[in-house]
Amino acid sequence: MSKANLPDTNGHFGPYGGRFCAETLMEPLDELLEAYERLKHDADFQAEYDKDLAHYVGRPSPLYFAERWTEILGGAKVYLKREDLNHTGAHKINNTIGQALLAKYLGKTRIIAETGAGQHGVASATVAARLGLECVVYMGAEDVKRQALNVYRMKLLGAEVVSVTSGSKTLKDALNEAMRDWVTNVDNTFYIIGTVAGPHPYPMLVRDFQTVIGREAKRQILEAEGRLPDALVACVGGGSNAIGLFHPFIDDEAVALYGVEGGGDGIDTPRHAAPLCVGRPGVLHGNRTYLVEDENGQIIETHSVSAGLDYPGVGPEHAWLKDSGRANYVAATDTEALQAFHDLTRIEGIMPALESSHALAYAAKLAPQMDKDKIIIVNLSGRGDKDIHTVAGLEGITV
Amino acid sequence: MSRIAQRFSDLKTNGRKALIPFVTAGDPNPGVTVPLLHAMVEAGADLLELGVPFSDPMAEGPVIQKACERALLHNTSLRDVLAMVKAFRQTDSETPVVLMGYMNPVEAMGYQSFAKAAVESGVDGLLTVDMPPEEAGDLVAALLEASIDPIFLLAPTTVDERIAKICADASGFVYYVSLKGVTGAANLDIAAVEHKVEQIRRHTDLPIGVGFGIRDAETAQRVAAVADGVVVGSAVVNCVAENADQPEKINEAVCSLLREMRQAMDD
Ligand SMILES: Cc1ncc(COP(=O)(O)O)c(C=O)c1O
Repeated sequence: MSKANLPDTNGHFGPYGGRFCAETLMEPLDELLEAYERLKHDADFQAEYDKDLAHYVGRPSPLYFAERWTEILGGAKVYLKREDLNHTGAHKINNTIGQALLAKYLGKTRIIAETGAGQHGVASATVAARLGLECVVYMGAEDVKRQALNVYRMKLLGAEVVSVTSGSKTLKDALNEAMRDWVTNVDNTFYIIGTVAGPHPYPMLVRDFQTVIGREAKRQILEAEGRLPDALVACVGGGSNAIGLFHPFIDDEAVALYGVEGGGDGIDTPRHAAPLCVGRPGVLHGNRTYLVEDENGQIIETHSVSAGLDYPGVGPEHAWLKDSGRANYVAATDTEALQAFHDLTRIEGIMPALESSHALAYAAKLAPQMDKDKIIIVNLSGRGDKDIHTVAGLEGITV
Repeated sequence: MSRIAQRFSDLKTNGRKALIPFVTAGDPNPGVTVPLLHAMVEAGADLLELGVPFSDPMAEGPVIQKACERALLHNTSLRDVLAMVKAFRQTDSETPVVLMGYMNPVEAMGYQSFAKAAVESGVDGLLTVDMPPEEAGDLVAALLEASIDPIFLLAPTTVDERIAKICADASGFVYYVSLKGVTGAANLDIAAVEHKVEQIRRHTDLPIGVGFGIRDAETAQRVAAVADGVVVGSAVVNCVAENADQPEKINEAVCSLLREMRQAMDD
């Protein structure tokens, strides 16, 4: 049986996913699902989406053979899927372009989004500017501090950035606040969720918009090497860049899948953001999935050096891929990610986002254990410009 | 007959409407809650809604969000909340108590163990904001098995077909969320509420409680005129918040609000 044909009609990936949210949102979610199912097969919608991906986002993104890094690692050949070269600097725009089109077809005039690192907020503000839609971005107060550059970018793009001071003041709280806005303004507002989380149909539709990554990568590696890769590696915050790369390969059982979570200080410490590695199933933000929680079911504040991975939940499809054994989930610590950030910058002249650096850190462990004729594709989900202040700060440098 | 059904039936006989205050358990500290529950009954409450604090209260406005944060400073857990209900029951065996909150604490405890512990503590109903009937099959079974009423929400956006489905699963009463928004919002439209309540009545004989946006005696009175029960959350929690650093004043602040509401509703 294929593991790639989920979710079922109620949004379930095995026991995960579904729709756990306020009653007020059930009908709007049905409307969204109905519209999406219709537009998915609508030639005009698809043509507009494809055109935007080509001419606005700049797709296809290259699949780059990291020759020097491969040589230094001394094992499998490492290819990088260059989502960092997309317009606005990360994979997030693949999804916001698609959802903004949905908003347009549904006649919504206002867009809201949550953001952690600010990449999804920037990508949302960007598409809103382009379509002339009002845009409000919710961002945890802690992240507003860590990602000041992206906050200013969003403002330049005409978005209002709301600093969220409730709870732990990070991505999960921004998501809560965005949900509160949506439930209040549901008539004219489209909520662009930034990852494969939230209630059905979000995990499915965000995935579908992100699978362009994996479809391109498959074609590109067949062109370059004449065969499929042996392993795929991607970082997992909510899991959208990872599922985008993984999904077109799920039925290719010989391709190993590795999702890399934010290990923070280490998954044997309390400071991490690794629900798949050490969490347990529960219900948060509209779906059932693995969570970082205490014994009473309260969500615990997570920690990762990268704001985009600092999330206590994870997309339900990953929970299912974990349980079914199809994908492996591991973690990279802050220190390992920072090392990978520097390595890729110095060795390949590519400055990766701190999120993506987690995938690179794991690939750097994996490659040397594999033969030289093996192939790994790492999803380079975003570029590191936004993280320069964080990295400098950690090293005691003021820029 | 369950305590909730009994209470609504008695009220109906007497031609009265239910006043249903909500407080967050453990806010501002765990010692406050049980005496406050008793005081609210004294001031005219017919049913009690006890909020289970949660770290991510998505449907809550700022007032109840902060109440959750205050309660969680003391690590008030679902088990602690059950212990409070048990303590309350030692001297009040009649007033129905409905727990209101989010799914994850119940998930963490497990449906069966929750239902068993809840009924032993004297809980009468469970309302989880983020649990629509579509996902609730196993939970409803566990609750009904323990004779706990599963309470479901209906919203302004709930269409006829769903109203029918939800009412079929519900027992005790149904809770109509009177506005599109979070708790404590101010955009209550009584005419729209009346219209929707009539629509709901075509699908169920269960009593209909209305909540969200009822802030004072006047709104309580106007909603009581069209519904069977009036749920008052943020306005009550506000009285708690304003006295959070002088907890001995909380009961009086809450009760004077409830007495005004009671009087307006009974007039
Ligand atoms: C560059 C980059 N990669 C990865 C992520 C993590 O999100 P996801 O796991 O949904 O891909 C983010 C989130 O902000 C990001 O900015």
